[in-house]
Amino acid sequence: MFAIKPSGVFAAALTATALTSFGVSNAVHAEDLKGSVKIDGSSTVYPITEAVAEEFGAEYRKVRVTVGISGTGGGFKRFSTGETDISDASRPIKKKELDKAVENGVEFIEIPVAYDGLTIVVNKDNDFIDKLSVDDLKKIFLDGTTVKTWQDINPAWPAVQIKLYAPGTDSGTFDYFKDVIAGKTGSIRADMSVSEDDNVLVRGVSGDKGAIGFFGCAYYFENADKLRAVPIDGGAGPILPAKDTIESGEYAPFSRPLFIYVNAKAVDRPEVNAFVEFYLEEGAELAEEVGYVRLPSEIAELIKQNYLARKTGTQFLDENGEKIHGPLSEVYH
Amino acid sequence: MNELASHPPSARSGRFLKDHLFVAVCLLAAGLCIAVLGVLLASIITQGIEHLDTHLLMNPPSRKPEKAGIYPAMIGTIYICLVCAVSAIPLGVGTAILLEEFKPRQKTLARLHGFVQLNITNLAGVPSVVYGILGMTAFVEVFKVMGSPGDPVWTLGTPENWYYLQLPFGRGVLAGGLTLMLVVLPIIIISSQEALRAVPNSLRQGALALGATRLQMVWGTTLPAAVPGIMTGTILAMSRAIGEAAPILIIAGVVYITFTPEHLMDDFTAMPLQIYDWASRPQESFHQVAASGIMVLMAILLTFNAAAVMIRQKFQR
Repeated sequence: MFAIKPSGVFAAALTATALTSFGVSNAVHAEDLKGSVKIDGSSTVYPITEAVAEEFGAEYRKVRVTVGISGTGGGFKRFSTGETDISDASRPIKKKELDKAVENGVEFIEIPVAYDGLTIVVNKDNDFIDKLSVDDLKKIFLDGTTVKTWQDINPAWPAVQIKLYAPGTDSGTFDYFKDVIAGKTGSIRADMSVSEDDNVLVRGVSGDKGAIGFFGCAYYFENADKLRAVPIDGGAGPILPAKDTIESGEYAPFSRPLFIYVNAKAVDRPEVNAFVEFYLEEGAELAEEVGYVRLPSEIAELIKQNYLARKTGTQFLDENGEKIHGPLSEVYH
Repeated sequence: MNELASHPPSARSGRFLKDHLFVAVCLLAAGLCIAVLGVLLASIITQGIEHLDTHLLMNPPSRKPEKAGIYPAMIGTIYICLVCAVSAIPLGVGTAILLEEFKPRQKTLARLHGFVQLNITNLAGVPSVVYGILGMTAFVEVFKVMGSPGDPVWTLGTPENWYYLQLPFGRGVLAGGLTLMLVVLPIIIISSQEALRAVPNSLRQGALALGATRLQMVWGTTLPAAVPGIMTGTILAMSRAIGEAAPILIIAGVVYITFTPEHLMDDFTAMPLQIYDWASRPQESFHQVAASGIMVLMAILLTFNAAAVMIRQKFQR
């Protein structure tokens, strides 16, 4: 107990100074701060965390930061035993993972860091698709569907065979898509070209006129000259994925938040606290730089307050362990 | 005279035609292999040459392709390959000597011998990701019963010593190197066995007839004669170890790291992981950095192999 108290006070003091005069206090502390910050988890969130770690390392030269890419699930496995300080996640924590953490006495603070817009893409030469509704996507992707050609979706479209391209079935991206399209009980058809490497999907869709695929918006923004994004009608008219429509949540239901989960005990270590505060300050800018979309500023402010108040637990599971859906602005309040 | 001139040439040309055709088919097969390799190398070199400079070699990774470096991964790869070589070669060659030179005559032991042999042959075909999980269980998880990497039950030296050891191991250089050892052990054992089998029996009988003990026979006669073959197998095995990404992804899982390992328990990453990460980035210029990384990996591989070839040459004389 005695050992914990002073470090907690120190962390609080650091927080206070960081809030009032961020630049000056950093310069003093940054040089002396030592220790290590262990991070693992989603490879989707990795580019953001890598960028933050790089900038952080330039200021805090003696802090050793490592970032892994074991995947969201693999990251939580290590996080829930207290092995890592921070876990990158491309989806909220699941009930099972939460139980494991509780069992091991690991408490955590959940921090959304950016948005990713799951983008539905078709071939560049495909000029007949002007929009797709979520129901259309269900017709195309659900298991046991009878849809074979584009004509089966809309009689005005040609009878070109539909070819499906999808990310690996244990990626957070696939999980999210499956959640939206198939819900809890349904399943996605198995006769798709599946690849863990999204660049393979880009190549697949851009070389096949009847193709349709989906992946994170960073891959679409980078390859916008080779692919065409399909406007998605989530009930309020067709919307194209773009920075502003993803940020505002208009691009529904395929705007998804990305997270870091921070071990609440590790936050007592000044180097971990410094890293998380650095993330909250610089993360939005850096996320945009690597191809993701920043959170709206009100939500970012709310999340920052949550962290400073050390509010633990997840906002995405209710008392019964049921998933809570909806945009961040509704979930965080 | 006329008959001789008209008949045999046709028979002869038919036979020779087949002969020429056979050589042509062989040439075509070899040519295709080399052409594929050539295309591969050419595409990697044209993509990677731009980023291949001392900056890449001397710096940690970065979110900016033009600033990205491979230094920590390169050192990490060299360390785990050293751990792998130091542990796998004695174990592998030792096992091969037991299996080849000391074949049991007793029935039950002979059966056990056959069983072990069968298993080693099977292990050589197991996908490397399975070894990753095995290494995870054997080297990282097992000792966790006793404590955690942050709170070790036993230590040797301090983290300032390069040989620092602790139980449990954690996901450090030692666990990574030993897992690679599992991957390459069957390859080393099988190729060493082949090499020992190729040593003429007369050499063994000669040594024994002169009154040599089994130790003297193996150490002085069979093993030196088999070293070139063993080295060839070891080169192949180490080439596989250096390129393995899957087991390292399971053990280390780390890609972003700015420091090099300071001791056997320290965190590390390896080049195949770094290259995999770059190649799967959305930005085209990261794919070029990945190609540069592949060139560095190949250069290190060739250096390792050149050293092994030199040792082989020495023993062949």
